[in-house]
Amino acid sequence: MNFDANYFYPVTAEIFVALMVLAIMLATAFARGIARGLAYALTQLTLVVAALMTLAALHGEPGTATNLFADETGSFINMFVQDRLGGVLKFAVYCTMMVALLYGRDYLAARRLDRPEFFLLALLATLGMMVMITANHLLVLYIGLEMMSLALYALVAFDRDSTRSTEAGMKYFVLGAVASGLLLYGMSMIYGATGTLDLPAVSQAVASQTDKREVLLFGLVFLVAGVSFKLGVVPFHMWVPDVYQGAPTAVTLIVSSAPKIAAFAFALRLLVGGLSGLAAHWQTMLMLVAAASIVLGNVAALAQRNIKRMLAYSGISHMGFMLLGLLSGIVEGKSGLTNDAYASAMFYAISYALMTLAAFGMVVLLSRSGFEAEDIEDFKGLNRRSPWFALMMLFVMFSMAGIPFFVGFFAKFAVLEAAVAAGYLWLAVLAVVMSVIGAFYYLRVVKLMYFEEPDVNAPLAAPPELQVLLSVNGLAIAVLGLMPGGLLHACGAAIEALHLGS
Amino acid sequence: MMTEIPYLNLAIWVPILGGVLVLATGPDTHARMARVVALLVAVLGFAVTVPLYTEFDASTAAMQFVVEKRPWIEHFNIYYHLGIDGLSLWFILLNAFVTILVVIAGWQVIQHRVAQYMAAFLIMSGLMNGIFAALDGVLFYVFFEASLIPLYLVIGAWGGPNRMYAAIKFFLFTLAGSLLLLLALLYLYNVTGSFDILVWQRAPLAFGAQGLIFLAFLVAFGVKVPMWPVHTWLPDAHVEAPTGGSVVLAAIALKLGAYGFVRFALPIVPDASLQYAPYVLALSLVAVIYIGFVALAQTDMKKLVAYSSIAHMGFVTLGFFLVNPLGIEGALVQMISHGFVSAAMFLCIGVLYDRMHSRQISDYGGVANTMPRFAAFFMLFAMANCALPGTSGFVGEFTIILGAMKYSFWVAFLAATTLVLGAAYTLWMYKRVVFGAVANERVAALTDIGMREFFFLAVLAICVLAMGLYPFPFTEPMHESVNALVQHVIAGKLP
Repeated sequence: MNFDANYFYPVTAEIFVALMVLAIMLATAFARGIARGLAYALTQLTLVVAALMTLAALHGEPGTATNLFADETGSFINMFVQDRLGGVLKFAVYCTMMVALLYGRDYLAARRLDRPEFFLLALLATLGMMVMITANHLLVLYIGLEMMSLALYALVAFDRDSTRSTEAGMKYFVLGAVASGLLLYGMSMIYGATGTLDLPAVSQAVASQTDKREVLLFGLVFLVAGVSFKLGVVPFHMWVPDVYQGAPTAVTLIVSSAPKIAAFAFALRLLVGGLSGLAAHWQTMLMLVAAASIVLGNVAALAQRNIKRMLAYSGISHMGFMLLGLLSGIVEGKSGLTNDAYASAMFYAISYALMTLAAFGMVVLLSRSGFEAEDIEDFKGLNRRSPWFALMMLFVMFSMAGIPFFVGFFAKFAVLEAAVAAGYLWLAVLAVVMSVIGAFYYLRVVKLMYFEEPDVNAPLAAPPELQVLLSVNGLAIAVLGLMPGGLLHACGAAIEALHLGS
Repeated sequence: MMTEIPYLNLAIWVPILGGVLVLATGPDTHARMARVVALLVAVLGFAVTVPLYTEFDASTAAMQFVVEKRPWIEHFNIYYHLGIDGLSLWFILLNAFVTILVVIAGWQVIQHRVAQYMAAFLIMSGLMNGIFAALDGVLFYVFFEASLIPLYLVIGAWGGPNRMYAAIKFFLFTLAGSLLLLLALLYLYNVTGSFDILVWQRAPLAFGAQGLIFLAFLVAFGVKVPMWPVHTWLPDAHVEAPTGGSVVLAAIALKLGAYGFVRFALPIVPDASLQYAPYVLALSLVAVIYIGFVALAQTDMKKLVAYSSIAHMGFVTLGFFLVNPLGIEGALVQMISHGFVSAAMFLCIGVLYDRMHSRQISDYGGVANTMPRFAAFFMLFAMANCALPGTSGFVGEFTIILGAMKYSFWVAFLAATTLVLGAAYTLWMYKRVVFGAVANERVAALTDIGMREFFFLAVLAICVLAMGLYPFPFTEPMHESVNALVQHVIAGKLP
């Protein structure tokens, strides 16, 4: 193999982040006095530079989905793809992580949790997500997933003196390890049936060969189970509420946002990129998973008193909604659905990340040192304490409930459109009925903020940069709700560039 | 249209942006400024809608003032597309007009979070204008749903003791209905590839599909109207809402559902509408008669007027589904008239409530002795509510009954019972509240209406009488649109 710098071109951002992890580790080891601030600053800097690199790559290769290693030799070849989808999703992940870290910083500092390792782990999780998003090979996908997951396990248990935090971490780790095992087992089945781990090759093999169908389907079941676990959908959702509640809120911010985007990419690369020949089968499985998630997520959220648990269950239902888009792409006898369906799911994943960031950002905003604003009741009378942030939370809640003019409406609109176009009317009706139930618990938060008097009248004591960014976040939800065209177009173009179904 | 001034755009965005401006005046220390700004915005919002009437071309059924048609969300072929015809013209004017009254009515009564209160009404007014002006299905839906938010906040934040229950019930009922509407819109998009309402009106549809879409429309708009048996949210919402909320709810919000029937159900699924019209007529008659009896039994004035609203709106749906020009035109007139009359009734009850803090009929008696000027206005509006000739209520009800007579004698006969029932519950309430000896010392201590109250009641009285005595200017712009609609429905879409 002759070395060519171009070989590394698609993964320059990944390599850069990996090197920065090492650099930050060294730097903080030597600069003990300012380690905390330094680690934070360097982490944000890394994310900014990585975002710029990804943007440059996106700009340089508009719309090309070809993988740059079409020739066939060497170990590095065909492991990664460079495409618009990866670019857009990676960019979304960086932004999400930057915002999540900024929201969480003061919270962590107040609890003496802002040790350099925190930021290192967050950066490693980001690296894992980046690998998941650009992977073009089953093993690389798996490596990315594990890199993200292991970092997240550690983050969830980061508050090591808190039993709830460590318990959540333990639970997450044990269940996550089982899911990883399932995934790996499924991959081995696919490998056994097709003889390759390379996703495009798997795709071709699945499409062309007719024997070993049972093995493929057997493997597929495990893969869908693994994907479902990472998305946190029923029946693999048990970890979600406990982890969201047990983890420090700054970690919940991370766990609930960017990994969902990565998990979407993972599902898309694996199921659509590799196994679209089996779409009829995995779509049926996802249909059940989506329906169960939407029902259970919304109904269980009704009963929650803890806002983090409520948002966890609401997240389960949101992921169910996102699956509605993912499972509506390929229908026998109907063509032209594919791009719109996957674009709608992608739009949903990104707008969900935006909403959940703002929601947990509000939880961070309301908590003070020594006080966790975990009860829904803590939002009582927020309109009296701060009309502005009550308005922002109102935006978030109505957006999550899918009321226009907020981005959540168009996210729901897009996936429902995909489901109706695919002819899954019953799923659409079910989803719609459940959204009415879901509206109830979002409305309850609005009710507490606007219709009741506050128990405490303490002014909000959050640092200005958090307040500014949270306002920007809330306004973004409204602005994207008024003008969703740009983001929808970006998602549509990214999916189109994959040249699916052609 | 010759003019290029985007009046419809102004009608929508002047109140919304003005509402944001009012919100910016901040806490209650600046309450006075908030009120003044709100009033200016409301008046300006009304002023920009006046040209819609003066420049309206009554000789055509086509959409007018279509200055705005530009892509909004190209991914789904959604347009920002506005226009009005004779069906929607009046509701925009009515809405802008009522907004002024609401601002004035809340001038002194609302002392807490004034800026938020005023802003909620202004924003709601703009959103509702958007509903009436939208010619794109998604644009319509977006305004339709978004208008729930301010009304929810108004009921919940400034309402009575049971306001939270009423607010959530209101929101969930209407949300459930409108989400079915969303599915119907998505289905239509998949069939036609467009969200343009005018395209949908022309697009051929098989009868089976029409039936399902009609069902979705019926639920969505029926909840909003509200039709029996999904009306139960309305009395709760009315009783708990502050006076301004009740006024907007009765005068405008209920019209949204009825407007949906003429803009969506009849023209888009004409064959299903004709096929299922007898069932809708039956539901409407139940609303007229049964709800009329329910109103008779009420002890709370606001609840009584709320039930009377349901009965009147039953008359409106009855008129629409007769599918003849008299019925539809009568129903439209009835909607406008009900906008004036119900607004006036709720304002009158508000006047009493502000002084006595009670809406129980039994707490009153002999109000005429202490509030003679008020009693006179109240009398006029009560008469209009039971459709006395010479008031606006008569024109609509009479026309609808004429239309019903063409359809079937028995429908007309049953519908006409409203004249008796309406008179019974309205005048009986009026008698118990206003006439007789002074019931207690609190009534004896009442003061008559002041300048502000006199102003808004007088303006409404003029409207009610003008429309009752000379309805031609009101009905003239409707003719062509109504005739075209009826022809379109009768022609149907099936080959």
